[in-house]
Amino acid sequence: MNVKELLFKPVFKDNPIALQVLGVCSALAVTVQLQNVVIMCAAVTMVCAFSNLFVSLIRNHVPSSIRIIVQMTVIASLVIITDQFLKAYVYEISKSMAVYVALIITNCIVMGRTEAVAMKNGPLYSFVDGIGNGIGYSIILLIVGFFRELFGSGKLFGITIFQTISDGGWYQPNGLMILPPSAFIIIACIIWVIRTKDPTQIGK
Amino acid sequence: MSNSKTVIVAAVLCIVCSILVSSVAVGLKPIQMKNKDLDMKKNILMAAGLYQEGDDIDQKFQSIQPKIVDLSNGQYSDIDPSSYDSTDVVDIPKSEDVAGLGTRPKLAKIYVVENSDGIEQVILPVVSKGLWSTMYGFLALSSDMNTVKGFGYYSQGETPGLGAEVENPKWKSQWIGKKVFNDSYQPVMKVAKGTGSGEHEVDGLSGATITCTGVTTSMQYWLGNHGYGKYLAAVRGGTL
Repeated sequence: MNVKELLFKPVFKDNPIALQVLGVCSALAVTVQLQNVVIMCAAVTMVCAFSNLFVSLIRNHVPSSIRIIVQMTVIASLVIITDQFLKAYVYEISKSMAVYVALIITNCIVMGRTEAVAMKNGPLYSFVDGIGNGIGYSIILLIVGFFRELFGSGKLFGITIFQTISDGGWYQPNGLMILPPSAFIIIACIIWVIRTKDPTQIGK
Repeated sequence: MSNSKTVIVAAVLCIVCSILVSSVAVGLKPIQMKNKDLDMKKNILMAAGLYQEGDDIDQKFQSIQPKIVDLSNGQYSDIDPSSYDSTDVVDIPKSEDVAGLGTRPKLAKIYVVENSDGIEQVILPVVSKGLWSTMYGFLALSSDMNTVKGFGYYSQGETPGLGAEVENPKWKSQWIGKKVFNDSYQPVMKVAKGTGSGEHEVDGLSGATITCTGVTTSMQYWLGNHGYGKYLAAVRGGTL
């Protein structure tokens, strides 16, 4: 499999959220504001890529009886390191993300990739696969975040697009968009669109 | 694979990971502390209405003096504020605990802006219980210890878009100029249900009843006798 396919297959054809329906929890939690989405996506992509890389490097030395624990340890360490960097360099955003960065540890995509790919493939292949899946995850989150911030608070990246009534404008924000369940609805719509375009993804 | 290899792999992995994590944490600590410190100063300046986007925070903060107040008698404590880092708390008696806080610090670190005539404003830390979270904020009062100069929470975990609107600048700006006490110096400042009227009320936030109740009760508590009441009375009475 070449690099291009490895990178872009998870975006639409084999999307971790839309097809595998993994990592939905964080897609609900951090998508109220696009700014948070971008940081979250960057963090997940980094963690996914590097945990794949490191797990793949040590895969031949890991006894299968403790492989899940080993993967968790690697992932958890990377997440903590990422969290520390966010706190040091983008303090404001890391404050608004609160626990959700730490919760990347429990993101099923990361662990799914280390178990399914990194344990069986070489470091480079695994690393690129991690980035690809990170991008796939990011695309969905960005779409969800776009709709939630635009219709929930009339803004994009904190810049006012629709002036809300409470700020003296005309737009009545959609309260549902601010609450986590709206992400379910948007993700469902995305899955609908993707599966209509590509019927091979429809589950039996 | 043998058991001993399993143990060795696990041990080596743990050591390598813990070294990595701890060295990153220690290495980045100074920057993180600086961020935290700057953020706290910024919040204080914002509550005092002294901060504009892009200001040099450290420079602006020089006009503000931290002081330690013993809440039980309302007098300044002679502990050096810059080194004060105590976590001593006292239990709030049930009858006084309108805000449901449970405990309060024994000594409170407050911030005072002084000019040649004495105190220009005081900035008091205020803790409230919301729906999901404990909310931390600052209330700035002018020299009469009654008129609000500014109010705002800097840390809270309320529902985004509903309770979290306590951080909305437009909502916060309503507080400016309100009077927290009535004529007999009872704390009467409250968040109204719906539109607030008069000098002791601000508008309620729709869909955030419990958050707003938390704000109201915390005003009652912190400005009451068990909170900053004694201190504020002492400042008003000119005994400080």
